[in-house]
Amino acid sequence: MTLLKVEQLHTHIHTNKGRVSPVRGVSFSIEKGEVTGVVGESGSGKSVMSQSLIRLLDREGNIEYNGQIHFDNKDVLALSEAELRKLRGNDISIIFQDALSSLNPLYTVGNQIVEAIRTHQSLSKKTARKQAIEFLRLTGIPSPETRFNSYPHELSGGMQQRVMIAMALVSKPKLLIADEPTTALDVTIQAQILDLIIQLNTEFEMSILFITHDLGVVREICSSVKVMYLGQIVEEGPTETIFNQPLHPYTKLLLASMPKLNSDRTEPLPAITGTVPSLSNIPKGCSFSTRCPYATDLCREQEPPMFSNDGQRVQCWLYDEEKGGWLD
Amino acid sequence: MKEDHQPILEIRNLSKSFTASGTLEKLSGKTKYVRAVNNVSFQLNKGEVYGLVGESGSGKSTLARTILQLTKPSSGEVLYKNQDLTALKINEMRKLRKDLQLIFQDPFSSLNPRKTVGQILEEPLRIHGVKKAAIRQEKALALLEQVGLQTEHYFRYPHEFSGGQRQRIGIARALIVDPEIAILDEPVSALDVSIQSQILNILKALQKNLNLTMLFIAHDISVVRYISDRIGVLYLGEMMEEADTDSLFAEPLHPYTQALFSSVLDGSKKERIPLKGEIPSPLAPPSGCVFHTRCPFATELCKEQKPKLREVRAGQRVACHFVK
Repeated sequence: MTLLKVEQLHTHIHTNKGRVSPVRGVSFSIEKGEVTGVVGESGSGKSVMSQSLIRLLDREGNIEYNGQIHFDNKDVLALSEAELRKLRGNDISIIFQDALSSLNPLYTVGNQIVEAIRTHQSLSKKTARKQAIEFLRLTGIPSPETRFNSYPHELSGGMQQRVMIAMALVSKPKLLIADEPTTALDVTIQAQILDLIIQLNTEFEMSILFITHDLGVVREICSSVKVMYLGQIVEEGPTETIFNQPLHPYTKLLLASMPKLNSDRTEPLPAITGTVPSLSNIPKGCSFSTRCPYATDLCREQEPPMFSNDGQRVQCWLYDEEKGGWLD
Repeated sequence: MKEDHQPILEIRNLSKSFTASGTLEKLSGKTKYVRAVNNVSFQLNKGEVYGLVGESGSGKSTLARTILQLTKPSSGEVLYKNQDLTALKINEMRKLRKDLQLIFQDPFSSLNPRKTVGQILEEPLRIHGVKKAAIRQEKALALLEQVGLQTEHYFRYPHEFSGGQRQRIGIARALIVDPEIAILDEPVSALDVSIQSQILNILKALQKNLNLTMLFIAHDISVVRYISDRIGVLYLGEMMEEADTDSLFAEPLHPYTQALFSSVLDGSKKERIPLKGEIPSPLAPPSGCVFHTRCPFATELCKEQKPKLREVRAGQRVACHFVK
């Protein structure tokens, strides 16, 4: 069952220097219970895209959306502010990278979870408190009764992220958007949080949209992956296919440039030349053409269409539809 | 592998504690200490890259700052060219700073926004007594090229550069005085993967061409593995294991090293060794072996007695009671 369907989503931000578009025509869908990864470097538009899904940016300034977002038979772009408030936190929850700045320093974590519960359900304070403790326990926080009364600064980074997850779960959302939730954590703590997220996905059949720059994390927990570059999805497909048989040069180079525990230390690392172009200066044709080692005149002139092959989709002129692989 | 095992820098039993109490506790004699680095010894050989890995709170950065005497160590010695840096006066140390350069993590806050790249690069030369402007400029332009920037960048300001380019400027600034040793504190962790590999390649090439000795500090294990000849693993301010890179990855002996390596997500599927709990507070480090609270193999002995760092194979030192 399709839970979320996004079609040709554009997010435009009007600034006093003109219009920039961090999301430029993104289409995808998420099935119930699916864990999908979105990878991209800084400036690829992955965070703006995920926040557009629940229109979190609306209050940030002059934002304009084009395209379609359908969630559970609701047209998200047509919802009123009141309806949006019901959607956010209830059906779709979001957790961010920096848990400490997402928590209110003046209230105990228990208080904040109770507030989240009582915003969405009419429960007495006492019942809500009980529930909050249960959610803290569920996310693996030791002695949750004591921790209920802790202030955010008294907890470690990993514990803070667990509190954020507990808060995101109170309404048993159908979709959890996790925006770089483990980036600020140490590897051993990251492993614990990833295990928790997977456990919650199986237990609640909750779909997860996992935003990250870390390809290793994607392989660990996502069944499918989308690769973003400059506001577009340039390649997507099942995780194993993308890792074993990437079709887009950007995906290939991104995978290759990651140092691995078994890579040859005497060889230089394959690197992508240059940097991600600025949004106010998007290249003509394929947006990756300025850094692509295989770019041709066609790439620099015309934007490539999205080609599909057996569940894998790629936006690249080098893809040969008949061969089902790269042109020679 | 490097042929000559001439130690250029020797760190002996280095410790650093910070006071964590207010005036009231001090007056009542209940001063608390944060033990950031505890009794760490290792040496850097000429021309090698020594990697230090550890999670946040393991004392990596404090160790770097203590080696450079940016904070005074509580005890221990740092020997460089037969001198103990910890015993030097400030002006004696200042003369040696040219030889020991530091490259920082954050390329945004470590460059003066009001100076041009040329001024930033030439300042260390001026401080260290290169009087002729023409020579300074020549040197600056040569380094710009070596780190993969262009001549025209000489007149630009830091804000005109991307994170990766700024890190190149930081590297050029450190290397312009021809240091003997470069200490790099998380030099690529603020960068995207595609940029990270560009910088790692530059560092590796420069290290080789200049026969530079490097102390490379990072939490990213794959990165440290790629660049280092030898590696030390820190946990809660103590050295857990040390070996040359290939031996360490072929067979990590300390349970912490094993768990740490198994949590690395480098895109390959593998069995993870889960670690319970979190790194304990350095305000109250565990008794005995500092890792015993999270170690899956810990026994009573580990709680009571601190294991010594001892050589168990040629070049491989481990601090664990149970490694044979």
